[in-house]
Formats: sequence, C-alpha cells, structure tokens
Amino acid sequence: MKTNQRTYIISKKLDGFFSGVYAIMNFIGRFFRELGPPYEWREIVRQCYMVGWKSLPLISVTSFVVGIVFTKQSRPSLAEFGATSWLPSLVAIAIFRALAPLVTALIAAGKVGSNIGAELGSMRVTEQIDAMEVSATNPFKFLVVSRVLATSFMLPVLMFYMAFISMIGAYLNILVNEDTSFTAFFIKALEKISFLDFFSSLIKTIVFGFSIGIIGCYQGYNATQGTQGVGRAANFAVVTAMFVVFIEEIIAVQITNWFR
Amino acid sequence: MHKKRRYNNTEQQHADIVIRDLYKSFGTNTVLKGVNLDVYRGENVVVLGRSGTGKSVLIKIIVGLLKPDSGTVMVLDQNVAELNDKALLQLRLKIGFSFQNSALYDSMTVRENLEFPLLRNSRNLTRAEINTDVEEALDAVGLKQTVNQYPSELSGGQRKRIGIARTLIMRPSIMLYDEPTAGLDPVTSVEINSLINEVQERYNTSSIIITHDLTCAKATGDRVAVLLDGSFAQTGSFEEVFSTKDERINSFYEYNFIE
Repeated sequence: MKTNQRTYIISKKLDGFFSGVYAIMNFIGRFFRELGPPYEWREIVRQCYMVGWKSLPLISVTSFVVGIVFTKQSRPSLAEFGATSWLPSLVAIAIFRALAPLVTALIAAGKVGSNIGAELGSMRVTEQIDAMEVSATNPFKFLVVSRVLATSFMLPVLMFYMAFISMIGAYLNILVNEDTSFTAFFIKALEKISFLDFFSSLIKTIVFGFSIGIIGCYQGYNATQGTQGVGRAANFAVVTAMFVVFIEEIIAVQITNWFR
Repeated sequence: MHKKRRYNNTEQQHADIVIRDLYKSFGTNTVLKGVNLDVYRGENVVVLGRSGTGKSVLIKIIVGLLKPDSGTVMVLDQNVAELNDKALLQLRLKIGFSFQNSALYDSMTVRENLEFPLLRNSRNLTRAEINTDVEEALDAVGLKQTVNQYPSELSGGQRKRIGIARTLIMRPSIMLYDEPTAGLDPVTSVEINSLINEVQERYNTSSIIITHDLTCAKATGDRVAVLLDGSFAQTGSFEEVFSTKDERINSFYEYNFIE
C-alpha cells in the first residue's frame, strides 16, 4: 500500500514536471512563430528602456563593488607568489568570462524577471490580456515578444557596462596600493582577453536574457488565482530564471572550453 | 425606470447570435447544461442569474475566449468553434466586450487605451482620423476631458465608461456587457444603464447584458433570460419573466431592491 502511494506521488510529480516542460516548450515555440513582422517597435523600445535604463543604478553599484571586492580578495593570494602584477589580467579574465555575465543575469532575473512576471500576472488576473484578445489584437506579440526581445538585446549591453564599471572598481582598488595609470591598467587587463572570451560572453548573455524574458513572460501570462497568483508568478519567474541561468552557465563553460 | 421594448415580434428579425445546446464544464462542475438563446439584431438581451451560474462563461464562449464542450454558437452567421485564428480576429472586430472590472490597460492613458485596438486593426488611418475616432468614442460616453488621464486616476463609473468607449471605437455590431453595474453606486448605475441604451440606439448594436442587478435588467433589457442550474429557466419581457410561479425566479426578485 505504502509503495503504491509512493509510486502514485512520484508519477504525479513527474507528470506535473513534464507537463510544465511541454507547456514552456510550446510557449517558446509560439514566441518564434510570432517573431515575424509587424513589430511592436514602440513597446520594444519602452521595454528596452525598462530593462536597461531602469536596471542601471543597481548594476552600477553591484559591479563597482564586485570589482573592488574581487581585486581586494585576490591580491593577498597573488602577493604570496610576488605576482601582484598579474592582478589586472586576473581580474579582467574573471570579470569578462564569468562574473559580469553571471552577476548581470542574476540581477536581471531578480529585478526584471520578477517585474515581468508580476506585470503580466496582474494583467492576466485583471482580464487586461483577455481585453486585448477580444479587441482583435495579439497580446502575445505585444506583451511577450516585445519583452523577450528587450531582455535578449539589453542583457549583453548591461553585461558590457557591468564589466566596464567592475574594471573601474578594480582599478581604484589597485590604485590604493600601487601607482599605476588608467591606460596602463586597461592595456594590461585587456591583453589577456581573447575574442573567444568576448564572443562567448556575448552569446551567453543573449541566451540568459532570452531565458529570463521567456520565463518571466510564461509565468505571468499563465498566472491564475487572483493576487496570490501574481505573487506566485513573480516568485517562480525569479527562482526558475536563476536556476536556468546556472544550468546555462555550466553548459556554456563546457562548450567554451572545447574551443580553447 | 423601465425600458420600452423595441421589438414585439422577434420572429421577423435576424438573429445575430444563435446558441444551441451549449455545454461547458470546469473539471467536475458543469456550469452550462444545454443553453439555447437567440439575440436578434438591435436587441438588448439581459442574462440574469446568481453568481457562479456561468453567465460570464457564456459570453466568453461567444467571443471565443473559452471553448464549449459541446453545442454551437453562431455569431453573425459564423460558427465560432470552427473559425481559424484569422477569421476569429475578424469576427472579434465586430464584437465589443465590456469587462466587469473594465480591464483598462494600466500603463496607458485613456487615449492610448482607445487607440490600442484602432492602431492594430486599421493601420491605414491618419493621425487626424484616429483623433476624430477617439474624440467621437469619448463623446459617446461623455468623458472627453479624461483623454490624457491614466485609469488609476478615474472613478469606477468612469472606468466602466472608458471600457465601453474602447469597444465602441471599433464600431461593433454586437456588444457584450459583463456585470456593467457591479460595484457602482445607484446613481452611477443608472447612468451606465442609460449609456447602454444610448449605445444601442446610436450604433444599433445587438447586446447581451450579464447582470444580477434587476434595476439594470429592467432598464436595459428588451428581453430577459434567467439562467438557473445551467440553463435558461425563463425568457421573455421583464414582466413576463417575473410573473412566473417558479419560486427560484421569484426568490431572485424578492432579494433585489427595485423601484
């Protein structure tokens, strides 16, 4: 009896999991089917502003702190080997390859993902999405396609911005201990950054942006059960997006290493 | 206030909405059990019923937001269930849907709310033509002054009116009102009832008005249909419906405060 019950619970959970995967795959499929013209340019630009410009203060502070802290923590280890001159290169590699894409994605998952989930969830439960549908317009194109395009486009921009501000933070930290010029620091830092680092980070953040956008939209667009559903949509959007970003990061590192 | 019936012999009119043997369930709960209804051109039909009896489900099926389990819904001579996406969009252009909570787009001004369906469905319009249409729709609901306001700055009654104006801008042949007076004070409710009748007169729309407010039913309905236990228990004029000996309908009347 106990085994039967356990089997039932496991099969029910598996069923729920695969139904969820199927539903989100369908949602992604619909996104690509709806991707063609006519485009909602005004809404895309508005969403780029919301995703990019509105995230700048948080990204700026975080990236500056990341640059300072990472440099400060790395210095003693390098100093043990008398290799503090490697600090700019080490910081640059860490920031460009891993920190900037990952931290930008995690910040965006928290800030943008929850915002999209809550906004669309609220529109769903207050019948605004139904209202768009019955007025013979395509809510998916207006709400989902525009947001996913905005996150996919703006995340790489935010990532490069974050990398730049982190490097400034790192430079200021180094400046406290050593007398080095801004130009010398940047030349030394960037000489170890290859095209592959640049390109893989770019592709990675586009994928992160797409995932954050599509997960936020999926959760919000399919929200149910009133205000409770809105909260759940925002929460699931953040948690799922962060989980997916970590998995994508692991896969991206493996793929990039094949090309090194 | 009692509405003067516009049609005495509905048999001579063309039915814009024809519903036959409509069934709809949610899980084990069957809300519609063989619904039949005809709505004739230019007629206001009020669907009365208690909360949770499937009134809103009925009009959501008509506009294709929900799919029926069985039965047919013909709207302007087209079977809604058999339409492809494109044909359904074309049909929806001819249907105005006023939501219970107005469903105005929070992030847009009144002007943008009204322009939204217009810009996406009439792409060849000039800015001047769009402005004229917006003004005309706002004029029809008497709220020209709110054009640059956001929904959050409007009262409940104003939101209802703007919701109706947003549907009128596409000049629909059919209007579906979901609880148009719910949550409004008696004075505003009367204003909304008058607006529903004005829309019928001005645009010659065929309408279904979902409500449990008998004042609204009496003021706006050419015919009243009472939805009980998943099907229409009584259909006719307001007086005909409430002169019945059916206790379930009479109890509904008794619990409503009416002039």
